[in-house]
Amino acid sequence: MKKLMTLLAVSGLAVAGEASADYALNLTEGVTELSRDIHDLHMLIFWICVGIGVLVYGILVYSLIHHRKSKGVVPAQFHENTKIEILWTVIPFLILLGMAVPATRVMIKAYDTTGADLTVKVTGYQWKWKYDYLDEGVSFFSTLSAKSNEARQLGSGIDPATVEHYLLDVDHPLVLPVGKKVRFLFTGGDVIHSWWVPDLGWKKDTIPGFITDGWATIEKPGTYRGQCTELCGRDHGFMPIVVIAKPEAEYREWLAAQKGAPIVAVADSATHQENSSDHQPEPLQTAAATGEARSPAPAEIAEPLTQEGAMTLGKEVYESHCQSCHQANGEGIQGLFPAIHGSQVVQGPVAAHLQLVLNGKPPLMASFRNILKPQEVAAVITYQRNAFGNSTGDLVQPADIAAH
Amino acid sequence: MSVSAIHDDHHDHGPAKGLMRWVTTTNHKDIGTLYMVTSLIMFMVGGAMALVIRAELFEPGMQFVDPMFFNSMTTLHALIMVFGAVMPAFAGLANWMIPMMIGSPDMALPRLNNWSFWLLPFAALMLVSTLFMEGGAAAAGWTLYPPLVLQTGAAFPFTIFTIHILGVSSILAAINIIVTILNMRAPGMTLMKMPLFVWTWLITAFLLIAIMPVFAGAVTMLLTDKFFGTSFFNAAGGGDPVLYQHLFWFFGHPEVYVLILPSFGIVSQIIPTFSRKPLFGYSSMVYATASIGFLSFIVWAHHQYTVGMPVEGELYFTYATMLIAVPTGVKVFNWISTMWRGAITFESPMLWAIAFVVLFTMGGFTGLMMSISPADLQYHDTYFIVAHFHYVLVSGAVFAIIGGVYFWLPKWTGRMYDERLAQLHFWLTTLSVNLCFFPQHFLGLAGMPRRIPDYALQFAEFNAWSSVGAFIFGFSQLIFCYIVIRCMSGRGEHASGEVWEGASEHGLEFNLPSPAPYHTWETPPNVH
Repeated sequence: MKKLMTLLAVSGLAVAGEASADYALNLTEGVTELSRDIHDLHMLIFWICVGIGVLVYGILVYSLIHHRKSKGVVPAQFHENTKIEILWTVIPFLILLGMAVPATRVMIKAYDTTGADLTVKVTGYQWKWKYDYLDEGVSFFSTLSAKSNEARQLGSGIDPATVEHYLLDVDHPLVLPVGKKVRFLFTGGDVIHSWWVPDLGWKKDTIPGFITDGWATIEKPGTYRGQCTELCGRDHGFMPIVVIAKPEAEYREWLAAQKGAPIVAVADSATHQENSSDHQPEPLQTAAATGEARSPAPAEIAEPLTQEGAMTLGKEVYESHCQSCHQANGEGIQGLFPAIHGSQVVQGPVAAHLQLVLNGKPPLMASFRNILKPQEVAAVITYQRNAFGNSTGDLVQPADIAAH
Repeated sequence: MSVSAIHDDHHDHGPAKGLMRWVTTTNHKDIGTLYMVTSLIMFMVGGAMALVIRAELFEPGMQFVDPMFFNSMTTLHALIMVFGAVMPAFAGLANWMIPMMIGSPDMALPRLNNWSFWLLPFAALMLVSTLFMEGGAAAAGWTLYPPLVLQTGAAFPFTIFTIHILGVSSILAAINIIVTILNMRAPGMTLMKMPLFVWTWLITAFLLIAIMPVFAGAVTMLLTDKFFGTSFFNAAGGGDPVLYQHLFWFFGHPEVYVLILPSFGIVSQIIPTFSRKPLFGYSSMVYATASIGFLSFIVWAHHQYTVGMPVEGELYFTYATMLIAVPTGVKVFNWISTMWRGAITFESPMLWAIAFVVLFTMGGFTGLMMSISPADLQYHDTYFIVAHFHYVLVSGAVFAIIGGVYFWLPKWTGRMYDERLAQLHFWLTTLSVNLCFFPQHFLGLAGMPRRIPDYALQFAEFNAWSSVGAFIFGFSQLIFCYIVIRCMSGRGEHASGEVWEGASEHGLEFNLPSPAPYHTWETPPNVH
């Protein structure tokens, strides 16, 4: 009877071992030397376990078949055997030693972040990623694609099967060059997240106030997907990672496009979603604009928003930065995230509303001072004050933000 | 019998009448029953939460619950199963069995015993009530990592208070068990003659006393960080969020051995009985248990391979963790050698014990794989981990507890359970547990993170299987409830004192009549 169980377990393991990537039963080999080392280590331990398993379960099953009372066996009365007990303490210890050697080698390699060709800083936020190309001055946020986001709402009525790369697609993927050693620096903006792309072979936690690191030299151009792997609140399951690895020249091209890109990018993401299948990321704002939002260039302030323009941009900003807590309908979640609809703050003086968005409300709400640009703050405040049944009629301008 | 002659005129033979019997009882058997019943209720409550989780994960897309509530379910499911179901079940078994096994009339500290039980239902009630508080129940996972846990709403202080109360309850129970074992053994019952169940509980009790204060301290630091402006875990104030993880797992890793060592004990009672052979390697079993207890204190950061420890730290914790495989292996080899050339029969308790050996070993293999830190950089926080710890906790701890209940239920109630129903319960449970948790290995390796309420399409098939398995597993436990209630209400065949053929050779408890009288071993037996 237990034989069945054992067979099930053992054959299941065997399937896992022989499975190819097509069936997604086993760990990926990935696209870096390190990920292959880790895969090989995984397979080594796996087969050692299978070997021990076959032996142990085999003896157990033999005993269950042949040493039954119903077969008229007279039970032996032995209850110790020093030799064999020493043997089955020493042999496993030696097997462990054999496993420890390659494990040590791979772990030391995983920690060797020296000699990197470029450095990308990854910051985890609830519930998006921010990528800073430290030597290039390029920086952007990466959030769940609009289509997935719409489909994943409770009772959305959209069949996830109709959404391409459901929950594994983002608006702005991380683009990296092939064949270059990329060093990643990780930190958290609010709570702990963890950045995991299985094809790179590892994950690393992003811890607020601390910097951790990791590295990857991607060998093959392609699109590699992953997810946040440290519980980080309500939308933990909805902050995927997409890495696009390109040949050096194409990467340079992409980088140049980012640097020369106009500042308006955020409003484009809706059109981008419509034809995202080719996965060409949209040009993004430069870090000069994002990083220094606190003292924006005069040119930015001078550009006043129209009511219509503010509402369009505001809606975009709301959807990528506010909606996951305050909800698509602006009703919030009772007891945690206040409603925008009918809110005292939103319907009260503009200054207080501004203060709240710029400074945040610890520990739940982040400060958006360094996350959003002035015209984005102005737009999203305008949007909130004139949507979800609010109708203050206010139009907030980027210039008003600079005053705070 | 000179002792009983002196006290003849005021000898209290039976329990008090009515409800107050249970409130004021200091009898180890009554308190054992209270623990076991509470545990069974909480097992069903925590199981219902697991079914909410598995219902949502049955197919891609969000069908039933908000992600926040989903997170509360994973958090409470774990807290309730660990602190409300498995630990109280062990405490119940300890209360019932330890005095009968060592020839003692009761626990050493009977009033303390009453108190440590009665803290439990109130703590459990408070924990469940946080579901209805503003902002919902804690949703940061059972590990309660900051800064995330500090975002909890009104439930936050109540969750922490619950942990404090549960901690007090566990510590009191542990003290009582140690004092009982060290002072109340019958003449001739030397330490190295004690049944393995008693030994494993003795070591577990020391673990509990060592770790519960650490956990209480860590969560109190969370409390002061939230309400009194301290910055233990806040980098902006000079603290470190990872410090909490070190404190938590310094508690948490020995805690998982608290959940498994008594299971080792139970299985070590069952297997020799149904193999009709003495336990193989008794003293190596004791030393292996003690080694596991010791090692459990020096391996905690293997839960944190991805936080960015120095590489020396990673390697140290890798080596230390791998070492645990040695004493654990010794135990498995000993159980199999006990069966070897025995005369095995397959009554329900034995079925559960064999399933334990097979499936716990599976969990042991994946545990060994995860101990290798570079490989864990991939496994960490995926469904591979979920599969691993459910193999060791469900088909490990829970299977041992259920096996233990079938083993001793006739002794407690004086009635044999319905063997055919029990076999049905066993097969349904074992097959469904594997259907539920085995595919999760594949999910994790293929890249599905844990604690997510929705997933990408390539994970759909195995999740559907897993959910079907979970529902069959959950509803099969109603059979168990029926079997237990049937025996408790005095239906079924009468059980003999020995209950199982030859069992009186294997334990003092099977030298007592069934059901065990309200007071036993008032005159200590002579152990040879």
